[in-house]
Amino acid sequence: MAVRPGDRLVLHPDVALRPERFGALAYHFGNRRLSFLKHPDLVAVVESLDGERTVAEAFDVVGVEEARRSSFLSALETLRSSEMVRAA
Amino acid sequence: MPPEVVHQPPPATRPLVDEFRLGLDAPICLTWELTYACNLSCSHCLSSSGRRDPRELTTEECFAVVDELQRLQVFYVNLGGGEPMLRPDFFPIVEYAIDHQVGVKFSTNGTYLDRDAARRLASMDYLDVQVSLDGATAPVNDAVRGRGAHRAALQAMEHLADAGFGAFKVSVVVTRENVDELDELRALAESHGAQLRVTRLRPSGRGADTWDRLRPTQAQQRQLYDWLLGRDDVLTGDSFFHLSAFGQALPGLNLCGAGRVVCLIDPVGDVYACPFVIHDEFLAGNVRDPGGFTRVWRDSELFESLREPDSEGACTSCGSYDACQGGCMASKFFVGLDLSDPDPECVLGNAEDLLGRVDAGVGAHGDPVPRPTADHSRPGVPVPSPVALRPTRRRSA
Ligand SMILES: C[S@@+](CC[C@H](N)C(=O)[O-])C[C@H]1O[C@@H](n2cnc3c(N)ncnc32)[C@H](O)[C@@H]1O
Ligand code: SF4
Ligand code: SF4
Repeated sequence: MAVRPGDRLVLHPDVALRPERFGALAYHFGNRRLSFLKHPDLVAVVESLDGERTVAEAFDVVGVEEARRSSFLSALETLRSSEMVRAA
Repeated sequence: MPPEVVHQPPPATRPLVDEFRLGLDAPICLTWELTYACNLSCSHCLSSSGRRDPRELTTEECFAVVDELQRLQVFYVNLGGGEPMLRPDFFPIVEYAIDHQVGVKFSTNGTYLDRDAARRLASMDYLDVQVSLDGATAPVNDAVRGRGAHRAALQAMEHLADAGFGAFKVSVVVTRENVDELDELRALAESHGAQLRVTRLRPSGRGADTWDRLRPTQAQQRQLYDWLLGRDDVLTGDSFFHLSAFGQALPGLNLCGAGRVVCLIDPVGDVYACPFVIHDEFLAGNVRDPGGFTRVWRDSELFESLREPDSEGACTSCGSYDACQGGCMASKFFVGLDLSDPDPECVLGNAEDLLGRVDAGVGAHGDPVPRPTADHSRPGVPVPSPVALRPTRRRSA
């Protein structure tokens, strides 16, 4: 199921982010999966997901323009399927 | 672990492979060999293990390395050796790492993984175990790992399954002899609730002397590639990227990460570019040096040079370069090729002429073929040696 702009997500408590030039490494200590967040804006979005905010509100906070939102939604979708983020 | 590349919101900053080639501020993961001591004497052993080195890092020094890795946010380490479970402080080191946000995966020949050890391991979070097995059947496995090694590994697998460890790994180095047993190996892993992991044989350590007769033939490389495609449940440690030149890229990071995203810390604290190049030419420094591991990783001349663009060679003009990236540095080095030459197992056959020129210790370009720098083999022990299964000495924290 695709991530929708109205969804409320949070970073999984077992996930750590390591800042990198390109964005960040995300590591899930529970399922031992490693993901690459390939853009600093995606990192900013993930970091601003606090469970209160909707995904669309997080996009607003970070300043993700309309044209880029669908690709960000699919990036979040991948992160949710590997349990890096989950429903709040 | 096949790293997963998250769908990229446009515009991409730079392709990830290019980012990794430039090196990161800290490794993504690293191999840490805790000891050169080993009860086995496998004929392919990349670290020529056997005897303990008296200069081994102490427990306190190991803890200090973990502290540094935690600061660097190195999320996990692959512990190996030698046989890591032979260290009396094995469990304290593992527990210290896990308590400091450094996940642990460790590799073992299984000899000391008895029922109690399995239970203890099963009770820990953020820990993964890899039992090494180089053949589904005892004759094939033991020809490389020594008599009794197959039984020891299977016993360890049973203990892990009985203890409810969950999905541990069974790790196989693919050889000419076991490539036909892959289906069986996969079934064997699955019947213990484990996942199969297959990796590439390198001509490293004692493997320098056995590589040529153990490495898969060209036809077997093709067979392996076809077998791997579509078997996403089989892990590869991203070690077969040279096979990607057959066509479709295999999943994972398809590049040599040595000194860029991975490295090796050996039992005495020496830092090498990767686990397969234990040789002075690839020695970057020591964790006991001022500035510790961090300084070695960030400032060593060797690692800086490995992060520079590849020099021109036969590979950079090859149509498959994007897929294969010229292959494995360690494999080239220990068979007497230049690092700008094609991989000795180049699937297009582009290294065959060069390999044909290697003769009697003289490499393809007239230099001596490098020998592994250190040999920890136990004197007088035949390789592979018979293994006596001793009762496991209890090693508690
Ligand atoms: C060096 S051992 C150390 C840990 C432990 N003693 C064991 O055997 O698992 C780590 C892994 O490297 C594999 N290995 C040994 N020699 C190798 C070589 N020349 N090329 C590739 N892998 C090798 C072993 O089979 C094992 O799975
Ligand atoms: S590969 Fe064999 S000899 Fe080498 S460390 Fe592992 S069990 Fe020991
Ligand atoms: S020539 Fe080099 S890049 Fe091309 S397939 Fe062979 S090893 Fe790979």
